[in-house]
Amino acid sequence: MSPTADTALPTSIDDTLARLAALDYVADRQLATGVYLALKLQRPLFLEGEPGTGKTEIARTLAAMLGRPLIRLQCYEGLDLAGAAYEWNYGRQMMEIRLAEGTGMQRDALAAELFSERFLTKRALLQAIDPANAVPPVLLIDELDRADEPFEAFLLEVLADYQITIPELGTVKAPPGRPPIVILTSNRTREIHDAVKRRCLYHWVDFPDAARELDILRRRVPGASDELARQIVAFVQKLRSIELYKLPGIAETIEWTRALMELDAVVLDPEVIQHTLGVLLKYQDDIVRLQGSEAARLLAQVREEARVVAG
Amino acid sequence: MLFGQSSPGRLAENVMHFARVLRSAGMPVGSDRVMTALAALQVAGLESKRDFHAVLAACLVDRAEHRALFDQAFVLFWRDPDLMGRMRALLLPKVNVKDGATPPPENRRLGEALFPHQPNKPPDEPEQDQIEINAELTWNDREVLRQADFDTMSADEWREAQRLLRALNLVFEPLPTRRSRRATRPGRPDWRATLAAMARHGGELGDLRWRAPRQQPAPLVVLADISGSMSRYSRMLLHFAHALGHADAKVESFVFGTRLTRTTRLLKSRDPDLAVGQVVRAVADWSGGTRITTSLHEFNQRWARRVLSGRSTVLLISDGLEHGDTTALAHEMDRLHKCCRRLVWLNPLLRFEQFEPRAAGIKAMLPFVDRFLPAHNLNSLADLVAVLARRDDDARSGRPPH
Repeated sequence: MSPTADTALPTSIDDTLARLAALDYVADRQLATGVYLALKLQRPLFLEGEPGTGKTEIARTLAAMLGRPLIRLQCYEGLDLAGAAYEWNYGRQMMEIRLAEGTGMQRDALAAELFSERFLTKRALLQAIDPANAVPPVLLIDELDRADEPFEAFLLEVLADYQITIPELGTVKAPPGRPPIVILTSNRTREIHDAVKRRCLYHWVDFPDAARELDILRRRVPGASDELARQIVAFVQKLRSIELYKLPGIAETIEWTRALMELDAVVLDPEVIQHTLGVLLKYQDDIVRLQGSEAARLLAQVREEARVVAG
Repeated sequence: MLFGQSSPGRLAENVMHFARVLRSAGMPVGSDRVMTALAALQVAGLESKRDFHAVLAACLVDRAEHRALFDQAFVLFWRDPDLMGRMRALLLPKVNVKDGATPPPENRRLGEALFPHQPNKPPDEPEQDQIEINAELTWNDREVLRQADFDTMSADEWREAQRLLRALNLVFEPLPTRRSRRATRPGRPDWRATLAAMARHGGELGDLRWRAPRQQPAPLVVLADISGSMSRYSRMLLHFAHALGHADAKVESFVFGTRLTRTTRLLKSRDPDLAVGQVVRAVADWSGGTRITTSLHEFNQRWARRVLSGRSTVLLISDGLEHGDTTALAHEMDRLHKCCRRLVWLNPLLRFEQFEPRAAGIKAMLPFVDRFLPAHNLNSLADLVAVLARRDDDARSGRPPH
């Protein structure tokens, strides 16, 4: 296949699924539909779901799949235009003023010169829509729920029209027909404003079912034995059915598998689970709950179910 | 195939109709979303029913809690594209009894949206006494009213109390944010404005421009106990919460008896009587028993991470009379305490002068509370407003959100 065909947009939902899978991202059909539509309709894709379910990963995979650079904007409280879109380089502007004093530059000319593109520091959002980009990048706006509400308002112009208005300079707009691919993620620690969601396609990323989780695990941790992977997936799926403060995501499953392999575990046993719970569960209350007989009980259940299925 | 190839116009019409059904079932589906859905269906989604569902979901849903509603509506609506026929069938219930399959558990809201012409059950009778007040209370009466216990007020007094409540000047604890605004006093220099000014003046450095941290009222979360012993107080506190909700801070409210119900949206209605009435109707266990531990547990488990930030003040309104496992109660209180900035407990039992926290439930809860206040008359609510408005750094030393 020629390199251009490699990085072309997928042609159908099935094609999207297959090409994501080729990069070891096992998506469910609904997510693939969302991705396909986002690419086809050139709309941002808003992904919401529990932490560790592969929301950020999809942006990385898309960038690799389409051969686009990935621009990531990590949100945090107090993130403002200067951190997200652009900032004037005050130091250089100051220098320019000093130099202008020497040459006796006109006031108007100086004002125009000071706020020209030369003195602009581009941050993630502006980089993503920069008309100078050779290929439109993938823009990942990660954990939007961590930013405060005023920041969401900054995003509206970018999400709707792929443009940013800089008062001193004018409007910067992505080249027509070639906007960046925008992925927004949220862990839903708060509700994102409807105005943002309205401009996006929405998908709730759920925990994978056992078959898909096993598939993901085999691709991501190829060294794990079949038996171990099966047990791990069954155990984690079991964990998600009991009431925990924070359920383990697929990221935790992968981490745990790696940890178990480091410990040379061949099968799960209560003791090794006990020692590695901290990889899987991130709240003390949850860990306390599983300590002692509970983990052993769950494991026994998992084994029993496996025996029923096999026998 | 869902639709005949020969009738492409039918699809648009049906999608629009479907959107209308979703809208009347309470999902905010704007016409722009419908346009997106139609555009999306041009590129995908007509191969199978599953894809069709996925495409419509991606375009029309924008909230996790609407997914179940959407799925049900989808099944109902697209099971039989001839909706009109279905509606007609439903209006003639006698004829169709032999249609054996058990219907899926349909949302009542959805049912009303799909078949709006069905006679609805009559609205619940308003419980409030409908007495008109024709005379303004004198100042003296008002003084008496301020001291009066909510539990023993007459209907007139109750109404007047609500009016006074609305007149309270609601200010919340102002907290600095990480955003800044222009300021006249030296603080953080505003380089952008300074350089713009310098450019205008040909590079001469005049005065530096400044910025200062912007302040924002602390968000508030109200957790109101509506069990039998508390119902009178809680009703007034719901009025209070309603008034709070129309101040400029973010207010979330929940009520609990035997289980927890989120009432933020219900209290959004402008008319306080209407809003509180809606809450009463929506909550099944009004004036029933109370299970503080399970309710707090549910709040911690399901809502705390979504509605509490490290800046929130929590108002817990309860008498704390929990008969049951108090270690579990203490555990839940501890967690709640850790997830917010201030935990204020309003307890109407405090109106008794010789109140001592003897009940096991109260003893278990008290160590985790930052402020413990009475809430049985207007004066105590006015005191509460004062507490809320004050900058409260010594409630505990600054702590990061969990």
